[in-house]
Formats: sequence, structure tokens, C-alpha cells
Amino acid sequence: MSETTSFFNTPSPPQLKGIWAWLLTQDHKRLAVMYLWAVMFWFGIAITIGFLIRIELMSIGPTIMGPDLYNAAFTLHGVIMIFLFVIPGIPAIFGNFILPIQIGADDVFFPKLNLLSWYLYMAGGIMALVSLFTGGGFPDTGWTFYVPFSISTSHNVPLTVLAAFTLGMSSMLTGLNFITTVHRMRIKEMGWMQIPLFTWALYATAWVQLLATPVISITLLLIIFERLFSIGLFDPDKGGDPLLYQHLFWMYSHPAVYVMILPGMGVISEIIPTFSRKAIFGYKAIVYSSMGIAIAGSLVWAHHMYTSGMSDTAIFVFSLLTFLVAIPTAVKVFSWVGTMYKASIEMTPPLLYAMVFIYLFSVGGLTGLVLGAAGTDIHVHDTHFVVAHFHFTMFGGTGFAFFAALHYWWPKMFGIMYDFKRAYIAATLATVGFMFHYVPMFILGMMGMPRRYYDYLPQFSQGNLFAGIGGILLFIGIMLMLINLLLSFRKQEKAVANPWGGVTLEWSIPSPPPLHNFVAPPTVQDYPYDFSNVLQKAAAQHSSVNTEQKESE
Amino acid sequence: MKSSNDFTGIRIGMWLFLYSEIILFGGLFVLYAVYFHRYPDEFVEGGKQLNRIIGAINTIILLISSFTVAASITAIRLQNKKLSLGLLTFSIFCGLVFLINKYFEWGAKFHHDIYPNSDTLVSGPPGQNIFFGLYYVITGLHGLHVIIGMTLLMVSVVLILRNKVHAGRFAVLENCGLYWHLVDLIWIFVFPLFYLVL
Repeated sequence: MSETTSFFNTPSPPQLKGIWAWLLTQDHKRLAVMYLWAVMFWFGIAITIGFLIRIELMSIGPTIMGPDLYNAAFTLHGVIMIFLFVIPGIPAIFGNFILPIQIGADDVFFPKLNLLSWYLYMAGGIMALVSLFTGGGFPDTGWTFYVPFSISTSHNVPLTVLAAFTLGMSSMLTGLNFITTVHRMRIKEMGWMQIPLFTWALYATAWVQLLATPVISITLLLIIFERLFSIGLFDPDKGGDPLLYQHLFWMYSHPAVYVMILPGMGVISEIIPTFSRKAIFGYKAIVYSSMGIAIAGSLVWAHHMYTSGMSDTAIFVFSLLTFLVAIPTAVKVFSWVGTMYKASIEMTPPLLYAMVFIYLFSVGGLTGLVLGAAGTDIHVHDTHFVVAHFHFTMFGGTGFAFFAALHYWWPKMFGIMYDFKRAYIAATLATVGFMFHYVPMFILGMMGMPRRYYDYLPQFSQGNLFAGIGGILLFIGIMLMLINLLLSFRKQEKAVANPWGGVTLEWSIPSPPPLHNFVAPPTVQDYPYDFSNVLQKAAAQHSSVNTEQKESE
Repeated sequence: MKSSNDFTGIRIGMWLFLYSEIILFGGLFVLYAVYFHRYPDEFVEGGKQLNRIIGAINTIILLISSFTVAASITAIRLQNKKLSLGLLTFSIFCGLVFLINKYFEWGAKFHHDIYPNSDTLVSGPPGQNIFFGLYYVITGLHGLHVIIGMTLLMVSVVLILRNKVHAGRFAVLENCGLYWHLVDLIWIFVFPLFYLVL
């Protein structure tokens, strides 16, 4: 491949210089890199807060913080993780970088809107930061902002809510951009069933973002209105119904769960076939299940509210619908495992993370059924069981998919390769830590330890100690992983255009890509995961090595 | 970049955005539906207290302004810049009249001690408080959208004056027009829900 100037050295628009070439850029790749640093910053803060929460819980009584600070800590951990890391993480970074390339485009459809989304993201983050140190102090409501507490607490809720509103806007505009891009910028030769699965997953996600985000926007606005004008729409004294708040909140926030996980599933659907050197099993089934999850996931919100006082009929219906979501999810898991069956697997750090994902996410999904069934849910509602469940899905799922994506596309984004050995050690450490961290929480939950308390009864002390030790291992593992990635900048070991033998379009262009992505017009394979060329090349290489060896003999 | 010439794509993006706006109000309509089911009598009673004549006039004003915006797009396509500017200015004027009417309507209600957290509403029947609470939230948010829409129309006027929008390139004007139609459309739903509850 001939030498090309990477997008790092080509400002877009061309007249920009220095820092402005970044701050006013309309290049989707530069924006992705800017998102990466911003998201990692927040991830660092939130994981540290989470770590401190665990340290606090390692022993009975106030260890390193009192109840007030603890309330603020878990609220911040939740708000930052959800609105600033998990939701924007994969779509904003890897979606922005990879999606246009995978469909053969030179940018997203609305580059300026993309820049605006980044600024909204930053503005939301800054508002969240400011809300900590102004007004009545740290917000302490939990990330759900349930009424009546969110309306009556003296802590600084309005600004935090406004931050979440702004971040929602940012994520919605990104979704709008992706939908339009997939429809209008796809190269003509690429039909709908030739689109790579990561792009498909982002497309399904984008629809959920667009469908659901406005509902949380209005809900959050209503909190602000209530605080400013005391209208009483959720206040029983004034004729309102607090349950309606919960309905409105979860009408967005449950579909948002799929906004968080679908892109992660897309990442895994890319990584598994690439390192199996084999067409993905059930391409169409995965596509339809993505859309199925997007649709069915929008109809299950009230399973968060079984104990809130709904009618039994409603509980029955929502429980049934919740079980239905398990079907498309399982289709994906079986397809991934089916792809690896009898494949010539090449072990790499991204694949290790992907396999850890499958395991952790399956545990998270199956325990989700325990919570989806109304009978068992009432037993474990608001206990540590719930905490363990959603950390298995959100952290073990989306988090590990994010790490997998980071390791998979790192050479493409920066043109450098990281150290494999350290990456394996970090992944193993994080996984072992993860299991020790969250499995005790399942047991604690079954024993009845409630969530969101800074203290507990003596019978829960052993489990919490284990969880704390696991938490420390997990924390160290993730820090090691990040340091390993950062060290690759110092070592500057050049990565080739296609280090993994991938077949989607992003691997056909230089690493890092040039400004307009494609040096030559892209060519589309009939089937997006056709590895016959890669295998042929490998076979040719292998035989040439063999003949060389024979000749030397 | 080829995308800036793809008017269909630009239109798709705008429609998706409008859709999200409808969902935003949709959340409020859900609240309305639930509370109407719970307090049907108070809602009817509340509806009678609103001024139907002003409401109807405002509806007509918005409908006319929607027509003039649509006409201004046709005018620019036929290269009649002056007519297009005139029609847009008239639409903005309509928006202003709508807001003035709203101001007097709200003012009269305030005068009768009907506003969020007022003594009359707090001590009155709960359904009445909810009706007027929703009335203020929904018409208030709609008023905000009227202001945003007027701003967009003003931007279009400036762009036409600077010849950035012309017969060959009017996607911005068309999108601003679509936004204005959305403002109109939402009002078409708000008007019967509050003024004509029976």
C-alpha cells in the first residue's frame, strides 16, 4: 500500500491550525478520538468512585465515608457511568470512527451536527461537574431521580438533571446522524444484507435513541418544572401520581439499557468471525434479533416497578414481555458460539475480551430472568442481587465489549500496536476480580442485603469482604489495561493496515486512515464475512514458507 | 463532501428530528391521558374556564402562518425573493400575535389566582390542579417552541437576504418551514385537549 497522510496530519476543514483543527473539526475520526479522551476521563472518575464505594463496604460501620457522602458517591457513580460512559461509549467513539468506513463513506451525513453533539456531550459533562460544587451540594437521589425525593431534597438536583438532559440530546443527535448516514451514504453496491453487523447494531441502537430519549427529556424537564413551580403533577396531595413518574422514567430508561448493550453486541459480532476466520453463523438472525431487541425492549419498562404498586394484570403482561426479550438475545449468544465451533481460532486480546463478554453477559442475562419473573423479583427487589445483575450486563457486557473494541480497533485508530502479554494479564486479572467482586453480591442479595446503604448487618460481612478484594483486583486489572494501551504511544510499534485479517471495509484502508478514508474506491464483497481471500493468502504464505524451508534443507 | 447536496438526506434528518419532538410532547400527552381518565369531570370543568374564542383565533392564526410559510417556499422556488420575504415576515408576525394572545390569556388566569401552586388550585379539587398544571406545562412548552420556530424563520429571512437561500438551494428554508408546521401541528392537538374537552 502506498504512503498516505493520516487524518492526524490533515486538518478538516483545511484552513484550521493547531488546537482549532481539533476543536472545530468536522472529521468523524477526529471527533471519535476527542470522544475517546473525554469518555475515558469520566470512566476514570466513575470507576474510582465505584472503587471507593466498595472500600467503604468492606467493613461494617463508616470506613472511609459517612451516609451522606455515600449517597452522593453512588449517585455520581451511576450518573457518570450511565450518561457519560456506557451510553455514549461505543456509539460515540467507535461508531463515529468505524461506521462511516464500514459502509464505504467518507464521513457521517451531518458533520457539523456531529461536532455539535460533541459539544453537547462536553457541556453536559461540565454541568455535571459544576453541579457537584454549587447549590445544595452533591446530588444524592440515585441516577433514577425518583420523585418525591428528587423534588424535595435540598441537594443540587436541577443542574444534574439538566446535565442528563443535555447528554440525552447529544446521544439522540448522534443517533439521528447514524440513521441518515446508513440510509444515504452507503455505497451503492452495498445492500442491506451486506452491511457489517457492527453498523447494523448501531443502526438499531440509533432508532432506540431516537424513539426513547425524548421521553426522558420531558421527564427530566418536569422535575425541573416541579422544583421551580411546585405544580404537583407527581404529588398525591395535589392530585398527582408518583407512579407516573416511574412509568415515564423507565419508558426511556429501559430501552436505554438496549442502547447500552446493542452496540456492544455489534462489537462482538465483528470480533468473533474475524478471529475464527469463518463466516458468522446466522448473519440474518443476528440482524433481525438486533431489531427485535430494539422493538421488544421498548415494551418492557414496567418490570422495574413490580413492587411499586401496579395491577397484577400489568405485572403479568410486563413479565411475559420481559421473557420475550431473552429470545433474540439468546439467538445472538448461540450464533457467536456457533461461529467459533470448528473454526481456526486465532487467540488475541480482543478475542479474549469478547469471550469474557459472552460468559459475563450470559450470566447477566440469565439473572435478568430471575428479576423479570414477578415472583422472584419481589424477593430480591432493591437488593444487591439487582446490583450484581446489572453490573454483569452493563460492566461485564457493555464494559468488556468496550474494552474488546478498544483492543480491536486501537491499531486502526492510532496506527500502533500494544503489548499482547500485558493485555492478557490485565484481561485475566480484571475477569477474576470481576467474578470475585460480583458473585458474592448475588449471594448477599439472596440473603437480603439491600442496595444503596452504606452500612449492613454482621451476617453480610464475609460476602462484602470478598467483594471488596475482588473489587481491588478488578480495579488493578483495568488500570493495567489502560496503562498498557497508553504505553503503546511511547513504544510506537507500527501496526499494519490489517493486523487481524479482518474483512470489513475498515481493514482495507491504511492505519490510521487518511482524511477521506479510502485511497481507492471501496469494493464490497457479496457477503460481509467472506474469509476465503484471507484464508487463501494465509495458505499461500504457509506454503511459500514450507518451500523455503525445503529449499534451505 | 457530497452529503451537503443530498436534499433527500437532509429532509430525512429533519423528519427524524421532528419525530423526536413529537415524542417529547407525547410524554406529556401520556400524562394527560392518564389524568383525564382519573378526573374526567374536573377536566371538563377546567376546559369551560378557558377562553374558547381566543383559543380558536390562535388556531386560525397558526394555520394561516403555516400556509404562508409553505407559500414562501414555493415563492423562492419560483425565484420571487420579495414575495417569499414578505410571506415569511407575515408568518413571524402571526407567531408574535399568537404569543401576545397567550400572554393575555395567561395573565387573565393569573389574575383569577389560577397558576401553579396558587391558593385556589392547592385548596381546590385535585383534578382541577392537575388540569391547570398540565395546561401551563404544555402550553408553556409549546410557547417555547413558537419562539424557537420564530427564531428559525428569522434566520431564514436573513439567509434569503444574503442570497444563501435561493431557487437552487432552499433546504434550510424548507426545514425551518417543517419546524413551523410542527409547532402548528402540536397546537392542533393541544387546542381540543384543553379548550374543547367535553
